[in-house]
Amino acid sequence: MDDLFFFIIAKYNYWAAIVLLFIGLFGIIVRNNLMKKIIGMVIFQTAILLFIVSIGVKRGATVPIVKFSLDKQPLLDATAYANPLPHVLILTAIVVGVAVLGVALALLQKIQRVHGTIEEDEILEDMRK
Amino acid sequence: MMDQAPAFMLVVPVFASLVLTLIGPLGHRAAYGLLIIAIAVSLAAALATLVQVVQAGQAVHYRMGDWMPPMGIELVIDHLSAGVLVLISACALLTAIYSMHTARQDNPDRLNHYYALFALLVAGLLGMTATGDVFNLYVLLEISALSSYGLLARGKGKAYYATFRYLVMGTIGASFYLLGVGYIYIMTGSLNMADLAEILSRPELKESVNVRIGFTLIILGVWIKMALFPLHAWLPNAYSRAGTTTACLIAPLMTKVSVYVMLRIMFTVFSADYIFQQIAWSRLVIYLASTAAVLGMITALAQRDLRKMLAYIIVAEIGYLTGGAWLANTAGYTGAVYHILADGLMTLCLFMAVGAIIYRTGESTASAMQGIFQRMPVTAGVFLVAAASVVGIPPTCGFFSKWYLLQGAVQAGAWVFIAALLIAGLVAAVLFFKLLERAFFGRLDDAVTEQGSGKPHAAALKIRMQEAPLTMLLPLVFTGAALFGLGIYTNEVVQYLIRWSVPAGI
Repeated sequence: MDDLFFFIIAKYNYWAAIVLLFIGLFGIIVRNNLMKKIIGMVIFQTAILLFIVSIGVKRGATVPIVKFSLDKQPLLDATAYANPLPHVLILTAIVVGVAVLGVALALLQKIQRVHGTIEEDEILEDMRK
Repeated sequence: MMDQAPAFMLVVPVFASLVLTLIGPLGHRAAYGLLIIAIAVSLAAALATLVQVVQAGQAVHYRMGDWMPPMGIELVIDHLSAGVLVLISACALLTAIYSMHTARQDNPDRLNHYYALFALLVAGLLGMTATGDVFNLYVLLEISALSSYGLLARGKGKAYYATFRYLVMGTIGASFYLLGVGYIYIMTGSLNMADLAEILSRPELKESVNVRIGFTLIILGVWIKMALFPLHAWLPNAYSRAGTTTACLIAPLMTKVSVYVMLRIMFTVFSADYIFQQIAWSRLVIYLASTAAVLGMITALAQRDLRKMLAYIIVAEIGYLTGGAWLANTAGYTGAVYHILADGLMTLCLFMAVGAIIYRTGESTASAMQGIFQRMPVTAGVFLVAAASVVGIPPTCGFFSKWYLLQGAVQAGAWVFIAALLIAGLVAAVLFFKLLERAFFGRLDDAVTEQGSGKPHAAALKIRMQEAPLTMLLPLVFTGAALFGLGIYTNEVVQYLIRWSVPAGI
């Protein structure tokens, strides 16, 4: 039992990402309301972003700005700094996510205007007419 | 100047799309002209790069901002991507010329914004093809996906819901891809494709479960984007409800570029050895591909709407392409790559011809084909050529890709795939025969014959002739000729382009 406990605790960032991922997928697949589908989609994306951001962490490391020693020599010890690359990647991916969210909301407005509803079953019924 | 060609190819359409958003007051002619110039520059740059690659016999590496890989992002254009780049920019240019009347019809207001998205989509697709970095690929994938959502939503009414579904599916696909890239990054610490290939070939990573999961996630994401059966549900509605120009631009290119991405991930980032020995899904994937080919064609046969029919044909063609890539031999690979080029042109040609017919007749069901040979002889003739190519009749290029695919399937002993190719070909023949029979022998509608009101004589025929406008006809005829051209020069294409890109180990 202890083993399982430590297995979960030691990698809590992964577990958090997995739980969020499935909450998001659940929202996308099960919900009938298109707005809730969008919310699920955003949670799904965010889970992945959190997962990738969390892999840049190192124990006891500091922000990735090069420090200098007393005699002005740069301290180039890679283990002393957190990995900045995942953050940079995710910054880009966040921008992409925001753009997708914007387009999705704009589309939703149009759907509401055309079909008069954002419930999926009602839209499908409306389209069959 | 020649050295900078890869940069020009991408930067010019991006800037054009920025400028296009600003020049609304100058009117639609300015927007149309600017779009054509920008894409023509892209095409010239792509051709220059192709010449460079073929002459040098090796890949062209372009380092953006002169940052050295693996830190910097580089563009890598090898024999495979050079061919796809030319296909993308050529198809985009033909569609741009074609769009003069249809785009204005579909977008009465703010045509310049429509063209801005058009240019951005082309830039995104070119970037996906040229990049040598897996994360950069993700960003460009989303750029082209976002602009395609915008373009598809310019169709009216039912298009919004279809686009919404595409958006949700597309985002899930791209997110899977990103998650897979995250896994690969954890295991390797690199994002550059060449660097990744070197690190992933180490024996300790070959057995790694994490790398396997990473590959699975990436390939699932790409399959969603590719609309491989059974992940294709978003495609037919999204494509068939779009405006004519949008369909002509997106239908041939988006899925083909996704197939290209699949090949790149399979054979450049991972290796043929890893895919076929360690992952070893060939059997399963070939079953999926065969089902896609047969079911896609049969569903196409059941459609009444012309463009929905074509959309299901795309689903079937994706089956051909995927099957070819997973046959794990040179002939199959050659067939898949050649079919990317051939199918891009075929789909473009079919969508353009159907677009012209819809433009003139105003309806999009199969009855629009009635008597089309009398009414629009040139369009109908080109449609016949494209149909022959989909069915696989020599000397059109569709025959040669099928020939390579069948050869590969025989070598691999994939009998299911052979059967699927033959059945799909037969169903396609029935489908087009049905349409062409109507087009040849179908009586014209009353609306057209009312002036004649009797036996068809020469004068009445003249009145009935209603060929599409010249800006639509020229690209259409050119694409039709290209189908023959690609077929006749198959040997050269295989010898100078595809043979060089065959990955080691298959």
